[in-house]
Amino acid sequence: MKGRLIVGALFLAAPCLGLAQTPSERARRDSVARADSIAKADSIALVRELEKELGGVAADTGTAAQAPRGSGGYMNIGFTALTDAGWSTEPDVGSLQLGDHDPHVRGFTIPNAELTLDGAVDPYFKGFTSIVFKLDENGETGVELEEIYVLTSSLPHNLQLKAGQYFAEFGRQNPQHPHSWAFVDQPLVLNRMFGPDGLRGQGMRMSWLLPTSFYAEAQVGIMNSRGGTTWSFRSDESAEIHGGVPVEREVEGFGDMLIVPRIATSFDVSETQTVLVGASASFGPNNSGPSASTRVYGVDAYWKWKSATAQAGFPFLSMQGEALFRSYDAAERTSAEDPTHILPEETLKDRGAYAQLLWGIKPRIVAGIRGDWARGDDASVQTPLRADRFRLSPNFTWYPTEFSKFRVQYNYDDRTGIGTDHSLWFQFEFLLGAHAAHKF
Amino acid sequence: MLNPKQFAAFALMAVAATGSPAAAQLRVVATTPDLASLAREIGGSTVSATALAKPTEDPHFVDAKPSHIVTLNRADALIEGGAELELGWLPPLLENSRNAKISAGAPGRIVASQGIRMMEIPAAFDRSKGDVHAMGNPHFLIDPLNAKIIARQIASRFSQIDPKSAASYRANLARFNARLDLKVAEWQKQLAPYRGARIVTYHKDFVYFAPRFGLSIVESLEPKPGISPSPAHLASVIRKMKATNAHVILVQPFQNRRTAETVARQTGAAVLNVSQQPGARPNTGTYFDMMDNLVNTLAGALRTQ
Repeated sequence: MKGRLIVGALFLAAPCLGLAQTPSERARRDSVARADSIAKADSIALVRELEKELGGVAADTGTAAQAPRGSGGYMNIGFTALTDAGWSTEPDVGSLQLGDHDPHVRGFTIPNAELTLDGAVDPYFKGFTSIVFKLDENGETGVELEEIYVLTSSLPHNLQLKAGQYFAEFGRQNPQHPHSWAFVDQPLVLNRMFGPDGLRGQGMRMSWLLPTSFYAEAQVGIMNSRGGTTWSFRSDESAEIHGGVPVEREVEGFGDMLIVPRIATSFDVSETQTVLVGASASFGPNNSGPSASTRVYGVDAYWKWKSATAQAGFPFLSMQGEALFRSYDAAERTSAEDPTHILPEETLKDRGAYAQLLWGIKPRIVAGIRGDWARGDDASVQTPLRADRFRLSPNFTWYPTEFSKFRVQYNYDDRTGIGTDHSLWFQFEFLLGAHAAHKF
Repeated sequence: MLNPKQFAAFALMAVAATGSPAAAQLRVVATTPDLASLAREIGGSTVSATALAKPTEDPHFVDAKPSHIVTLNRADALIEGGAELELGWLPPLLENSRNAKISAGAPGRIVASQGIRMMEIPAAFDRSKGDVHAMGNPHFLIDPLNAKIIARQIASRFSQIDPKSAASYRANLARFNARLDLKVAEWQKQLAPYRGARIVTYHKDFVYFAPRFGLSIVESLEPKPGISPSPAHLASVIRKMKATNAHVILVQPFQNRRTAETVARQTGAAVLNVSQQPGARPNTGTYFDMMDNLVNTLAGALRTQ
């Protein structure tokens, strides 16, 4: 108590000492004075508030000083750029790294710079647009309207409609944008089933959140079956699958559209663990013949553990896997390589899977490993895209902040009939603008 | 023969006996446990309030789990901190929740930061200064007078969406305010001997608390908001703590205690386990318990310095 009195006396005497004070003492005095001023101002405000309360529950307060700024505009704007650099034992890197956003060449590449715009259109719709810029091997810039859609916000009965151009909700990774990927490149099996850019197209999707006590969501999309991003269907590039000359086929009925159903459910296994499982399919015509069709089925699972006292989301452990099966009815067709040769009617069957494990060791440091496997049954024509392949990819990512990351990844790649290749890729990402919210 | 009043009472009892009381409750979802605690104070038995974030979890980094979508889908009201606190995880949950009751601008969407005198609103948006929030520092509920403002907003909105219980919300608000006034006086008294004491925090999360109780934050272990402590910055923190005679470092459950201990070894400071969330520390189930724990812990440490 005596000590406190001395401190108190000194404190009271301090203003009289004036110039004798050290800078830290002056700072302390200012801080206390500021605190007193705040307390006084608040107590006046408090009396006024209590007076109001006596007259009933007061209306919400709000002052001009608290008007939303920055994030409260009509539109959130974000810009994410992924740049890669690396080396591979395979001279033709394009034959190894098949994804549109994979590193394409030895040396430097900028495969993906994505401008995103999103916000409420009006009380009924939310809008989203993603415009992708990319540089090819020759340094030429390409621009792509990757996604542009509206999403309803007020349909009854837990329904939600999406309409526009969008990534089909097939499995876990297909709808994700490249900056959300845990690896530099696309899983082999997704490339095999859906091509370098994933399954994407124009259409609409209805989703229903089931009235269950746990999370369960059913979705069905209807999309155009034609275009560069409908690889297993009427894509111009699908000759790489069936080896024949593509047949022009107009949309005449519902059966010429691409249907993508999905169901997913999730459980919190414990306070720190969550599981999400889903099953997806896509059905539609292909262009090997006038009435040929394709069916792709997939299952996916995701498990995550995150410490109850995670710092900035770390440490965590997550596992993700997807398995896909494709049944491609190839009609009798003219060989694309030899017009005098007719390929027989047959069903091409492909399957593949990947599994990845991520360990968020400590804040902003993640180690990962992914195993990739894909194979196709024998057919009358052999294409590299259907060859058996295995790939193992350990990687390591460092996030200086949420807005940038460095990644290094090694790929051991074993292609049947070609042999093994070794690649080492470095990736750097930066984000400007609106903070991207993380989906589970 | 029953008179009309007795009949009404009897009818009400009959309805109460047959109906499920839980079904009649207002379902309130708060993003964080402190906001859920205020909802319980104001709602009493008329509401059931749950929090999406765990008490020990960093409210900036909550996983947007699918189970949260279901919780939000059934909510009559959502209370969020606002000021970009939940920016990293709440938007995709709301997008999927399909619940017009809690859509932006609806009476059921309660944004706690509205009506708060925000601190640290940046003059310019510049991420080279760290992950600063454009609308100001979102850790405002740790100032009990801000809790009062938020409680009033909650009572107002609850009354709007559930008018039949308005009198109850009003009474609960009055009771809450009266209790808070007493507790604020008590907390002020507890910390009064240490006015001007210097403290250090891990993140800039006590900037509303310190001036309310006359404390001075000399440094944060994070050099900039959301940026991990660097050795150079920690060295400067140590120098500053020695120069200003700061002897207390506040660390929340999701912050790196080992970093704080390293600094404490060099300065002789005490590292205090504290939390701004009810339930993160033992016996701190309510906002009052949490504040009691915080003030007691701090006063105890300052007393022994």
